[in-house]
Amino acid sequence: MTTVLAADFPPGVESFEFPSLFSGLEGTPWAAAFTKITLLVWIAVAVILIFFLVAYRNPQLVPTRKQWIAESIYGLVRDGIARDIIGPEGVRFAPYLATLFVFILLNNFWGIFPFAQISPNSHIAFPIVLAVGAWLVYNAVGIRKHGFFGYIKHSCWVPGAPLYVQPILVPIEFVSNLLLRPVTLAVRLFANMFAGHMILLVFTLGGVALFQAQSLFLKPVSLLSWGMAILMTLFELGILILQAYVFTLLTATYVQGSLAEEH
Amino acid sequence: MALAEISGSLNSIGYGIAALGPGIGVGLVFAAYIQATARQPESAGLTRIYMFMGFAVVEALALLGLVLAFAVS
Repeated sequence: MTTVLAADFPPGVESFEFPSLFSGLEGTPWAAAFTKITLLVWIAVAVILIFFLVAYRNPQLVPTRKQWIAESIYGLVRDGIARDIIGPEGVRFAPYLATLFVFILLNNFWGIFPFAQISPNSHIAFPIVLAVGAWLVYNAVGIRKHGFFGYIKHSCWVPGAPLYVQPILVPIEFVSNLLLRPVTLAVRLFANMFAGHMILLVFTLGGVALFQAQSLFLKPVSLLSWGMAILMTLFELGILILQAYVFTLLTATYVQGSLAEEH
Repeated sequence: MALAEISGSLNSIGYGIAALGPGIGVGLVFAAYIQATARQPESAGLTRIYMFMGFAVVEALALLGLVLAFAVS
């Protein structure tokens, strides 16, 4: 298993490609099914499952430390996102939103975890699945509430706007509310993780390139580059938490938009 | 021997230009939040969600530029 890629200095898209963990699968369609990326996703899922099962196995009235952590995470999503954004009926979406939040957070966290150092979300396939899931949820909720045509009208028609601007508004609303929302959700998460990994690669590999430079004056600059890599890792920690929060927040906002009454 | 040589694609310059607008936008979002919090400290919790939401929406533009810089060759 190659944990560290010996890549050349200008890192590119090819720095995100990992060989299959089983060399026998190389070249077959299954090559992408068992790589470091998918292994990280499986580990993240296992960690989430085991942690929450163990924390809630024997709930106490006075919570233990594990239970307190689990309850704080769930409470943060339920009260801070579901109830604040969607309203009292948002509590029934809290399990979905909490799962989304924890899954994205843990997968993003691989981006700065030593020896993992790459987030599965920097492959757009994973954000796309999450975004399509969110798209299905907020559309299903809206259709169940307003009926199919009622929901289409609800999300495309802008009440209160003069009739002569509706021909412009309706297509814009249709595209932005029903088509572009999952795209921006997926691209936002993907691009943040992609850019984060790229920044770390630039500073780390740039340090190596500077260290190997011919000029003696350039060699010490590599220390500056590696220092920046450490600084950027801390910056990434903030970004990855924020992105997990923002993804959940926007999903909740979309659900709220589908649930809103006619106004 | 050439002193310096620049090679690569124009995409990175394009991305730099694409980041201008969202940069200003993100600045405005946080400036408005700081101003609102300074004037009305109690409203900090109330407006924080909207700050993050606005930030996320504006930031998406810069990220689209980044993705396209790599996608379009």
